[in-house]
Amino acid sequence: MTDAIMNSKPDTAEIRRPSPGGERLKKRYAAERRFRLYGLCSILAAGLMLVFLVGSIVGTGWSAFLQTYVKLSITFDAEYLDPAGTGDPAQLQNADYGGLMKKNLRDNFPEVTGRSDKRKLYNFVSPNAGYVLRDMVIADPALVGKTLDLWVKASDDIDMLTKGYVDRTEAEDNRRVSNAELAWYDKLDNADRVETRFNTDFFVNADSREPEEAGILGAVTGSLLTLLITLLLSFPVGVMAAIYLEEFAPKNRWTDLIEVNINNLAAVPSIVFGLLGLAMFLNFFGFPRSAPLVGGMVLALMTLPTIIIAARSALKAVPPSIREAALGLGASPLQVVTHHVLPLAMPGILTGTIIGMAQALGETAPLLMIGMIAFIVDIPGGFTDPATVLPVQIYLWADSPERAFVERTSAAIMVLLAFLIFMNFVAVLLRRKFERRW
Amino acid sequence: MNSFFLLLVVIGLSVAGYAAGRARSVLAASGDVRILHSLPSYYGMFVALGCGLPAILLLALWLIIQPQIVEHMVMAGLDPSIMPQNADEYSLMLTDIRNLASGNAVSREASPAIMAAMERYQSLQSVGFWTMGAAVVCIALLGLVWARSQVSRSFRARNVVENIIRVLLIVCSMIAILTTVGIVLSLIFESLRFFARVPFFEFLFGIHWSPQTAIRAEQVGASGSFGAVPLFAGTMLITLIAMLVAGPIGLLSAIYMAEYANPKFRAIAKPMLEILAGIPTVVYGFFAALTVAPLIRGWGESIGLDVASESALAAGVVMGIMIIPFVSSLSDDVINSVPQSLRDGSYGLGATKSETIRHVIIPAALPGIVGAFLLAVSRAIGETMIVVMAAGLAANLTANPLEAVTTVTVQIVTLLVGDQEFDSAKTLAAFALGLVLFFVTLGLNVIALRVVRKYREKYD
Repeated sequence: MTDAIMNSKPDTAEIRRPSPGGERLKKRYAAERRFRLYGLCSILAAGLMLVFLVGSIVGTGWSAFLQTYVKLSITFDAEYLDPAGTGDPAQLQNADYGGLMKKNLRDNFPEVTGRSDKRKLYNFVSPNAGYVLRDMVIADPALVGKTLDLWVKASDDIDMLTKGYVDRTEAEDNRRVSNAELAWYDKLDNADRVETRFNTDFFVNADSREPEEAGILGAVTGSLLTLLITLLLSFPVGVMAAIYLEEFAPKNRWTDLIEVNINNLAAVPSIVFGLLGLAMFLNFFGFPRSAPLVGGMVLALMTLPTIIIAARSALKAVPPSIREAALGLGASPLQVVTHHVLPLAMPGILTGTIIGMAQALGETAPLLMIGMIAFIVDIPGGFTDPATVLPVQIYLWADSPERAFVERTSAAIMVLLAFLIFMNFVAVLLRRKFERRW
Repeated sequence: MNSFFLLLVVIGLSVAGYAAGRARSVLAASGDVRILHSLPSYYGMFVALGCGLPAILLLALWLIIQPQIVEHMVMAGLDPSIMPQNADEYSLMLTDIRNLASGNAVSREASPAIMAAMERYQSLQSVGFWTMGAAVVCIALLGLVWARSQVSRSFRARNVVENIIRVLLIVCSMIAILTTVGIVLSLIFESLRFFARVPFFEFLFGIHWSPQTAIRAEQVGASGSFGAVPLFAGTMLITLIAMLVAGPIGLLSAIYMAEYANPKFRAIAKPMLEILAGIPTVVYGFFAALTVAPLIRGWGESIGLDVASESALAAGVVMGIMIIPFVSSLSDDVINSVPQSLRDGSYGLGATKSETIRHVIIPAALPGIVGAFLLAVSRAIGETMIVVMAAGLAANLTANPLEAVTTVTVQIVTLLVGDQEFDSAKTLAAFALGLVLFFVTLGLNVIALRVVRKYREKYD
């Protein structure tokens, strides 16, 4: 019998013995090190991509927080403002400030004569510069007739030039700033009449066609209104649904169905919620388009599963002994939940809710479906006003061809990321501070 | 806004009801609350619910029904000379009237008849609002008075309140089901209207996609063809590229984190991956369009390849980056739940760590990893903003990742963004695409969740 075993050689696997110099072992250890390195490399790759992404956005966007101003000597010419010399506020209100601005530009650059050169010159400052002059005159009518050295907001092309995004070595036809404009700019620059300041308008204006006038306040307001609706709808409904499913629901097919449903709903693509909002809320119920109310409702349906799942796990983490003790003292099942279980689970529920809200804040696709993509220059004042939200504003600006909008897109992304980081930070803090391990 | 104010009024009345109910119960007990059946606050809550609940229900119903009735009345009262002939004209005119009433721009010059209809619309609206306000406040007050009259020593307020709240809890948990039903119904209804114009099989198997329908019948090349195969192919191509990026990186990161990394490294790496998951997709889209696509184009040109500026590769790679955390965190969980005894057995036989991982842990965790990959695929298929911003619009049927392709989600967005009438095959096609998207992702999710669950049961 032993012979039989000795003679029957293994068919497939050959018997391996340790090699004399331990080469096999070396090979195996090398394989081990390689494998380990692959793992480390892939994590580092993910990290590098994150750094690259954030770096490229900060790199293109930081300059949007600055805005170029040029110092021009402005004459508040009575001929334009108040030819009759009446001093009537209505006259001052409706005077031709655009013409005044143009005249002053011509006076500042007397060497400009040609028609097309003049038109370029008028594009030197922001088209809204006239309104700034108007506000000054209305605030102080005594300005009429005086001459002042004023800092005027430059147009986006000049702004790009100051920030170094215009390549002077390129052929004139290929860049947005012509040689004549370069000459005017250099003249001002040499006289120390160009300066960049912190771009407050970016934070207090709504959207505009002019990059130098465009700001994010409208979109941020829209986002806040939308999120408020989302929170008001999804938080109570989500928590109540979680309480029912976790504390009261009998285990049967019906509750199983609800549970499977919630899990699947959490993974439905967000754009499908947008289709639901379009078909149901807009076309069937006739709610207004572009309104934060509808956007909030769609986002509430979308974040509901997240909140329910988070709330359920928070409720589950409360030990049964607490429920039994309360029941033993004569509390009704609902009192057990509202007086004891819910307060103990609240930090967990809030953490989940904040994370759900952060998701909703970054969501774009469903809002495109319900028309929150309109170009809106007013800051929304209510839940049914047309509005847009921050991510959609980013999408809109990303589509604009001007170089100045690229940096504004990046800057808006930075603001959005700052909000998200803040929300997640609060969530982490809440968890750290209130999390109880039983 | 006015309805919002009305809601505040009702809430205010409810609060008053709470105080009234509470005070009355204390009065009924002549100061000694021990002889009451329930605590005084329950009597207060009962009155508050009796006041607020019916009023808010009425408010919601009214807000939903009123526009329908008002519109019907306005359209029925139109001057017979401009009475719309068909459904399209009807909805167009209605939109005009509605826009005029809210002071928006309209598509065409408003005739006096339309202006009259608009004024009628406005007056009906305001009559409706004031009737609603009166009715809601009346109901609230009636409810308050009735509920308050019920308060007595022996009234079982706690039981009633708890039963109402329990019903509310059940209703809330049904909203998830209602959402799904709403999604399915709205998608199916609109899709059926689409399939009444375009045959089902032509949509599913046609290889030509150009959704422009003609305004005039005799226009050239404007028949509009709705063969969705190029979209499905484009979606799959981009998903494949994304998975080629996210699969290896995500899985290897998960293995490293679960098996090799010390707690300190984990504490840094795990949040970093979570940040990657928390970045909004519109940011990835901007990154893809502005940074990655020109980069890939530049590299391609430097080695003599012709790369489209909206190549599938750029969108796919960036989508892959977005999906890495999904793959890695799900795989991490699965690998961690492989029992330690399997590892110990393998080490005991002399296997190195990587041999153990490759020959023992991965096979043991395979179902869960497959589940994680399926979830990631469903995420990639449904992802919208990255492809909208970085992938193309033209429906090319190609497997070349350097060319521009379009996807299902891109087409849904392009078909539905902007103003358009709601009855053309073009807009309805978006719902048919949405239906396909919904069922494909749903199928993937169901399979993935089932696979993961089955696997977990095996080791628990």
